[in-house]
Amino acid sequence: MAGALIVVDDLTVSYGGGAPVLIDVDLTIESGDLVGVVGPSGSGKSTLLKAMLGTVDAVSGSVRRVPGLAVGLVPQVETIDWNFPVTVAECVGMARARGLRMPWITRAERAEIAEVLDRLGMAGLGNRHIRELSGGQQQRVFLARALFTNAQVIFLDEPTSGLDVRTRHDVLHLLDELNADGLTIVLTTHDLNGIAAHLPTVVCLNRSVIGAGRPDEVLVPEVLERTYGSPMEVLEHGGMRVVVDAPIDATVTPLRRSGGRGASA
Amino acid sequence: MTWDELIRPFEFEFFRNGIYVATIAGALCGLVGCYVVLRNMSYIGHGLSHSIFGGYAVAGLIGVNLFLGAGIWGVITALAVGGIVRRRPIGSDAAIGVVTTASFALGLALVQLYGSPGRNADALLFGNVLGVTTSDVWLIVGVALATAAIVFFFYRPLLFTTFDTQVAAATGIRTSWIDALLMIVLSATVLATMNVMGVTLIAATLVVPAVVARMLTDSFAKMLALSAVIGAVSGFVGMNASYHLDVASGPTIVLTSACFFIIAFLAGGRLRRLTGNVGHAH
Repeated sequence: MAGALIVVDDLTVSYGGGAPVLIDVDLTIESGDLVGVVGPSGSGKSTLLKAMLGTVDAVSGSVRRVPGLAVGLVPQVETIDWNFPVTVAECVGMARARGLRMPWITRAERAEIAEVLDRLGMAGLGNRHIRELSGGQQQRVFLARALFTNAQVIFLDEPTSGLDVRTRHDVLHLLDELNADGLTIVLTTHDLNGIAAHLPTVVCLNRSVIGAGRPDEVLVPEVLERTYGSPMEVLEHGGMRVVVDAPIDATVTPLRRSGGRGASA
Repeated sequence: MTWDELIRPFEFEFFRNGIYVATIAGALCGLVGCYVVLRNMSYIGHGLSHSIFGGYAVAGLIGVNLFLGAGIWGVITALAVGGIVRRRPIGSDAAIGVVTTASFALGLALVQLYGSPGRNADALLFGNVLGVTTSDVWLIVGVALATAAIVFFFYRPLLFTTFDTQVAAATGIRTSWIDALLMIVLSATVLATMNVMGVTLIAATLVVPAVVARMLTDSFAKMLALSAVIGAVSGFVGMNASYHLDVASGPTIVLTSACFFIIAFLAGGRLRRLTGNVGHAH
């Protein structure tokens, strides 16, 4: 396990004795990795994150983590109760909850929170309610909370879901920068082209690992077809892989203007 | 009503005891109620109070200490609800409905068959200022101090687990312990306030101050403080109203906090600016 922070070894997971959600998964997360896990809905992406975090039990196989490894999790924004009464500073500050601590955020912690928020481009927003932020800022609050735990590895569950194209790339670019500073990052996403552009390592998952490696090795028609169960087209554009984000055999209804003429292809 | 008439009941020890208990109980319920409301557990507050009535009757019948027996019964009930939800495909609201109402029904049946242990059943169901003794004052003071200490020392894990259980567990917080701790605090709170509020109205004392506070602030820390103050003022005013109107203390305390709700609802925007929140209530 030298150099590896997390080793997933032949892991099978099921919930309540039902059909396996993950089958014989092998994966190693090294220090400094930036890994994107992709796959269709129900492919076990979130379960794989939970297994690596230690919050689900294995039916067989194992997940080994370096002893004392500090981890942080950025949840799906859809799971957040945006009506919950917390300000940005309170949300970030709650992360340091282990051990005996003062209930209030200390002056030193306040300075640290301000530094983390500043680093993520959110300076001066500490007293805002979390709902009063834009989609990208909401994602960054939870990233700030994970960073405030001094995590060595941060897991993000679909950090780009529900974001517009520009914000999606901003978030991935930010993760790229944090990774360049030495943070190990594992994320799940449906944004194939986003990870092709920003992430050095991709894992294609559909209950089992179908492919893992650099985007140009993994984002190929054969692997994508086995992952998504349908042929998908991959194009080269400006030296980058671009996955046509729809199965080839999908029925496409051309857009029509109100005058009845079809939109140009 | 003259000032003399207003302060006359303070000459009586039973009334002073009642005021102490109602005010402290209001603050205690306001504090604990924030967690109950934010966890969408309002129904378990209601159910637990009913369940504890069953425990109270059983404890009286088998001759063990009433408060200890009822408290243990309450904790067992809360854990039983959690156990049923985990092991069977039943929603928590349905499990609460089954377990706690069965317990309440058992309490009612035992009280009818063998009489109410300690004090009369009406006082237990609706609260009674006359039923408050010095030992009740010490009980509520003890529970309030213990709860304040727990909220102080476990503030962050309680907040993290309430807001985001999954992430709290992932980052190493023992969320099942925190949940169990909250259930014990809730059971103790219900038990200690039962004499003044009555079983049937405790849930409102837990929920209304927290809801009013939520309408006035977007900060969790401020919500805790506001809710405790609103609960305490409701307890104090409601207990006075109980004496002067000759109505049971539970209803007058709940109606006082309901007045706070109406004020917050009608003048929420202005009040939020006073508490430092300029946004709208969500």
